[in-house]
Amino acid sequence: MTALLEIDDVTLRFGGVTAVDKISFDVREGEVFALVGPNGAGKSTLFNLISRFYDPAEGDIRFAGRSILDRPAHAIARLGIARTFQNIELFDQATVLQNLLVGRHRHRKGNLVSELLFTPFVRREERRHRAAVEKVIDFLDLQLYREKYIAGLPYGVRKVVEMGRALAIEPKLLLLDEPASGLSVEETQDVAFWIEDIKTQMGITVVMVEHDMHLVSSVSDRVLALADGKMLAMGTPQEVQNHPKVIEAYIGTAAAQEVPA
Amino acid sequence: MDVLQLVVSGLANGCIYGLIALGFVLIYKATEQVNFAQGDFMMLGAFVCLGLTNAEYMGLPFWLSVPIAIGIMGVFGYALEVAVLRRMFGQSQIAVVILTISLGFVLRFVAGFIWGHQPVSLDSPLAGRDVRFDGVVLGLDEIFVILTTVVLTGGLYLYFNRTRLGLAMQAASQNQLAAYYMGIPVKRLNSLVWALAGMVAAVAGILFASKGSIEPSVGLLGIKAFAAAVIGGFGSLPGALLGGIIVGLIEPFAARYIASGYSQIMPYLLLFLILIFRPHGILAQIHAKKV
Amino acid sequence: MRTVFKTSYDADIDMFRHRAQAGWYIALLVIALVLPLLLDMFWIGEFTNMLIWAIAGMGLMILVGQSGQASLGHAAFLAVGCYANVLMQVDLGLPFIVTFPLAGLVAALAGFLIALPMTRLHGIYLAIGTLALAILTDDLIVIAEPLTRGVVGLFAPDISLFGVTINRYGDPALFYWLVLAVTLFVLVLYRNLLRAPLGRSFAAVRDSEVSARAMGVNVARAKAIAFGISAGITGLAGALMGHFAGIFNNETFNIIISIQLLLMIVIGGLGSIHGAFFGAAIVALLPQAIAISRDMVAGALGMGSVAIPGLETAIFGLILIGFILFEPMGIYGRWVKIRTYFELFPFYRKDMFRRQRSYLKTERMR
Repeated sequence: MTALLEIDDVTLRFGGVTAVDKISFDVREGEVFALVGPNGAGKSTLFNLISRFYDPAEGDIRFAGRSILDRPAHAIARLGIARTFQNIELFDQATVLQNLLVGRHRHRKGNLVSELLFTPFVRREERRHRAAVEKVIDFLDLQLYREKYIAGLPYGVRKVVEMGRALAIEPKLLLLDEPASGLSVEETQDVAFWIEDIKTQMGITVVMVEHDMHLVSSVSDRVLALADGKMLAMGTPQEVQNHPKVIEAYIGTAAAQEVPA
Repeated sequence: MDVLQLVVSGLANGCIYGLIALGFVLIYKATEQVNFAQGDFMMLGAFVCLGLTNAEYMGLPFWLSVPIAIGIMGVFGYALEVAVLRRMFGQSQIAVVILTISLGFVLRFVAGFIWGHQPVSLDSPLAGRDVRFDGVVLGLDEIFVILTTVVLTGGLYLYFNRTRLGLAMQAASQNQLAAYYMGIPVKRLNSLVWALAGMVAAVAGILFASKGSIEPSVGLLGIKAFAAAVIGGFGSLPGALLGGIIVGLIEPFAARYIASGYSQIMPYLLLFLILIFRPHGILAQIHAKKV
Repeated sequence: MRTVFKTSYDADIDMFRHRAQAGWYIALLVIALVLPLLLDMFWIGEFTNMLIWAIAGMGLMILVGQSGQASLGHAAFLAVGCYANVLMQVDLGLPFIVTFPLAGLVAALAGFLIALPMTRLHGIYLAIGTLALAILTDDLIVIAEPLTRGVVGLFAPDISLFGVTINRYGDPALFYWLVLAVTLFVLVLYRNLLRAPLGRSFAAVRDSEVSARAMGVNVARAKAIAFGISAGITGLAGALMGHFAGIFNNETFNIIISIQLLLMIVIGGLGSIHGAFFGAAIVALLPQAIAISRDMVAGALGMGSVAIPGLETAIFGLILIGFILFEPMGIYGRWVKIRTYFELFPFYRKDMFRRQRSYLKTERMR
């Protein structure tokens, strides 16, 4: 399996704080890769670096073998990288359908003039986009919510729409930022199933930041644990969970040295 | 010496702009609302004082009218917040801008209705008196304006950064929900801020009226003051004053040294440049936020 | 209560949701076409004025309602369109059929170029930037006196179109139909924008720049294009305004006009095409309404008719304050609520259109 995403010695500082400190890892094509770690570990920062919202102070980020550091943030979707946001950044004043259709922007073929005149070509394109979005709606069971405005939807549904919008891009790499945070047990189960299907049926590589270790262990192929911007351990979920450094970061050294009474 | 006179008169004008800008920033700092009618508040303050002082209206002594006028504008600001702006709770910033613009229209009309549209002068003991030293003639009103502005700005700066009330106002402006949780009476504080802004505007108006004549459309000065506030840095009290002084100084010097058509656009040109290259003003107050 | 049964994606892509809706608008169009045969020429002039304001309103609406950028200086583009159109006719001798679209393009280009440096500005900073722009344009017109005849102003020539001469006073019906044609053109353009990816990208930029970027939308370019289209349409309105007014100078397009344009679309209903028309109706017809009621009041009280300066703007301001406080969705919003009430009768719930309250979170830390 080839490396689809390569993070190479990346460092980022915010003023005096080193948010990401010489992080290096590869994500292989077709795998589900999880980033775990306590808050402030730099996980979302890494996502923002990949999405090109930040520039790393040092290091390189390569996608399909080619560095992406020369690309602006809005070119990333066209490369085939999609992401969701921790705090849900949906378009509130639009319907679910319209939100998903924006996800198709990367596949837009029309131009300014033809769209203003709404030529038959644009109409055919609209049908094509709609058909593609309907596939995502079917996959995520969002049929009931098609015409509903985001502003009135419950949190759990919004999270699903957020994921749907990322899927509408038809990405090669999907970055999920805390897909299960704030969800109930059943909803988290659904997320697990969906990630499985995204990996096996759609062949999309998934990188996710997650706190729910249950979810992480059940769907991930490999896990990277971070703390304070530094790498702690990388391996299968079981290996990482039992790694002494990880236990120390989460619980503290006293537990590791606890003497039975 | 000629230059000195230009400087002083430019400073005095700049202090007026600065005071109006101060009103903008006060409200913005505490509530993140932008009061586009601040210039018209100034106009109203000036006219209220005129209505109390001038012989043809109430003929009170100047030094009595001033605190009364300030008090009236304070109450006006408070009442306005309670009656109108409180209902804007939760609406977008632009909605408040539009609301206050319309308010300005109404205030201008009301002032014209009550006091007429012709320019009138305030019977102020400061007007027309000079201070002379070393062969230099400076207007007493101008000196007074500068001193008052400096004192007021200093006082407000200390208020916002040292007193409990000031800090509470800052907290409410950064995160209302959290401020509520901390037991801060956000709505009452907002009303207080508007009262404060009204009073500052009254001071500006009285000082302005002491320098020349007034008529209802002087409130449009607020636009220039707004530009000054943005140039100086919109969330910063010293920034408001700085911006006002810069604009106040640019005008006479531009008029003296640049062709007349071009001198008027200098403040706005500067504003445009600042917006492009340093949008948050000279004393910027924006920090990076983690997404 | 109407249930729309959709059998193909085209139902959502088409301009009208269902045949009956199309029917209503066609009927409206027919009435609009025959209006000159029904009303006297004074009222036709008033309606022409209203349509011109509606075009300008649609121009600003695209910017504010669709892409979420506020502009307090759109009169600048009215001016650009107006001056470009007339100067090309007068100085270059080009016919209206060429200068009119060109004027729109010039205004669009101006808008696009001006917007490029301003795309990083948000909210109030953008508003103040556009305000500065409007003031600068006013002064620049005066400075460029050799070209624009400065404060003296310009006369708008008669329009010569397909061999027919149209003068605003001599041929009010013809001028009205010309303006109506332009209105329809802009209307179709706007509707197409809404249902195409371009319009969606504007809405995306309006609601969440961050995720718009993540979806591949070039935010800066989208904002500038929105500005450009908006300026272009406003420029067309400005060109028509020039012919309508007959004579104009820099004062014709002052800051008050800019503000009035913005206030107008807020009253009409932000974010909807109808809003531009409702707002335009208010702006165009309010002076008449005030004049008529003032005469009635004066007559009833036995006083002579007294001119009260500033009354129109004050009443306009009061109307706006009333709407912002009690009906932020504007006239169109109220219309939708009333229509929904009848559509859903008796199941209409009072809180159906209730807006989510948002607590203030500072914009200074972004």
